Amino acid sequence: MDSSTIVAVASIIIAGMSTSFGAIGPALAEGKAVATALSSLAQQPDASSTITRTLFVGLAMIESTAIYCLVVSMILIFANPFWNHFIAQAGGR
Amino acid sequence: MHLSPDVLIYWQYGFFKINSTIAMTWMLMLVLSLGSKLISRKLSTEIKRSRWQNLLEVIILGIEKQIKEVGLAQPEKYIGFLGTLFLFVAASNLCIIIPGYEPPTGSLSTTVALALCVFVAVPVYGITELGVGNYLKSYMKPTIFMLPFNIISEISRTLALAVRLFGNMMSGTMIVGILVSITPLLFPIFMTILGLLTGMVQAYIFSILAAVYIAAGSRIRTSKSASVVKDQKTK
Repeated sequence: MDSSTIVAVASIIIAGMSTSFGAIGPALAEGKAVATALSSLAQQPDASSTITRTLFVGLAMIESTAIYCLVVSMILIFANPFWNHFIAQAGGR
Repeated sequence: MHLSPDVLIYWQYGFFKINSTIAMTWMLMLVLSLGSKLISRKLSTEIKRSRWQNLLEVIILGIEKQIKEVGLAQPEKYIGFLGTLFLFVAASNLCIIIPGYEPPTGSLSTTVALALCVFVAVPVYGITELGVGNYLKSYMKPTIFMLPFNIISEISRTLALAVRLFGNMMSGTMIVGILVSITPLLFPIFMTILGLLTGMVQAYIFSILAAVYIAAGSRIRTSKSASVVKDQKTK
């Protein structure tokens, strides 16, 4: 295997793995956050506006970790700097 | 398929080029500013008023209420900045129902620019509220050892603000693009509807987070005076 093949294989595998593993934690955390918010909404319906706003802000914070993983795998697939480097080297040769 | 609308270039003259992001941003700015100019040309204070004026009043009052709930007591001071952020991001995310439109918030350059505006606005509002010395002192709030961590958090939250909006909007267009090539007819429509929802939520989150950061940067004196009042009460 030459080095460009190694880069391609590693990029593809890591792109899949980063999104899949990066989705596990936020999914668990968001489920827990929503469940807690729902039970507190059932206990105190008067505070619904505050709870909803805090829930949305917190969900966006949690979700951003998953989004970071998605951005990393998108960069690895569509705009991979290492792959572009090898392509440019092969073109220059 | 491309990662951001920066790649779509409409017109180029040497180094100077107009890509999709710039064109769409200017289009949105024109529509927003000309629209509000046209509506606010003939305002009335009577009971009978135009429906457009009603729309603008509903939007402005809603934004003011949200800002007040975050903890900024005088929303008139901040609505110029926070309201503009919200309206621009919301409009640019909602226009994805127009065919051929690419949201400028799906490009990292737009979101970094917006996040840098927040990064500059936090110390500006904090200094006008507290003065230079008090604001700089707030960086070593618990102890002086927290100074580097406070500075790091200032930078990392700006980065997070930019990448969050970019990632959400980019993934929306990307997923629709991939689905169009796999299951062409119905499924992309549902994902676009979901994209409209996430777009609105992201616009809300972006402006609320900016409001929270500004409130945190300009709150020290009020919390101190509140604690003083509490001490006097206990005495």
